[in-house]
Amino acid sequence: MSTLGLGHFLAVGAILFAISVVGIFLNRKNLIVLLMAIELMLLAVNMNFIAFSYYLGDMQGQVFVFFILTVAAAESAIGLAILVLLFRNKRSINVDELNTLKG
Amino acid sequence: MAFQTGFFYLFAAVLLFAALRVVTARNPVHAVLYLMLAFSQAAALWLLLKAEFLGITLVLVYLGAVMVLFLFVVMMLDINTDAIRKGFWRHFPLAATLGAIVSAQLVAVLWAGFPELTVSAEAGGRAMHAPGHNNTYELGLLLYTKYLYPIQVAAVLLLVAMIAAIALTLRERKDSKAINPGLQVKVRAADRLSVVAMPATQKGSNAAPQADAQPQQGGQS
Repeated sequence: MSTLGLGHFLAVGAILFAISVVGIFLNRKNLIVLLMAIELMLLAVNMNFIAFSYYLGDMQGQVFVFFILTVAAAESAIGLAILVLLFRNKRSINVDELNTLKG
Repeated sequence: MAFQTGFFYLFAAVLLFAALRVVTARNPVHAVLYLMLAFSQAAALWLLLKAEFLGITLVLVYLGAVMVLFLFVVMMLDINTDAIRKGFWRHFPLAATLGAIVSAQLVAVLWAGFPELTVSAEAGGRAMHAPGHNNTYELGLLLYTKYLYPIQVAAVLLLVAMIAAIALTLRERKDSKAINPGLQVKVRAADRLSVVAMPATQKGSNAAPQADAQPQQGGQS
């Protein structure tokens, strides 16, 4: 335990991922906190990539983190734009009220 | 090494606490602020792992841009928190069980799968751990040679995301007097000017209704 191993960082990433899974369950009505939980999940994955990249001495993992950051930024920008549009039309971000596509 | 271990536990503890507060905070603004704290701690952990460029990028891009965007949106929307929080803890037992299972499985597999993989002498001999190693330089070398096409695709993706976000939220102003150039170019003479046939002189009141039905008669008279 005295020296840091790969397992320490992977455990942090795993617990972070589990916390965001719990967050998606708890905040199933609040769309904006759902988006934040997804950001936390991506952070956990990035943590694993960087830990492996360090302990295996391979830079390719960091390249992947770079691309994941790019895609996550694009995703959150479009997600927030859709959220603003949704609030403008329905005056609410409650997931339960998004039932107009019910068919 | 003990120095690094202490910092690792500090950053990891604050990161996990902040993540827990993100998903349980009552006020969405507090959730965003805790998310910023979580990202900053993650950046510190990445600095411990010698990923300096990505750590700084996380601070600049996420704390500086994405989280501020989140804050803008959260503060702009008038969210009724009480209605959304109703029944918040109802599914907590299920969620806690699921989260415990997920984390236990992940930790078991990951920790047991790579038990003593610390920085080995063989890996230390490679460029990443050598003295005088420049993380940004190495990353740029990879990105602009081997990953040249993927980085251009990523750039196009960002452009598409920017245009999509603007196009989604763009609203035309009702009181604007702006003109539409497309309609102006497509306009023809018939749209602007209509030729109405009228008799040169008016006859008696009984002939007036026939004037526009048979315009040539009106011209002869």
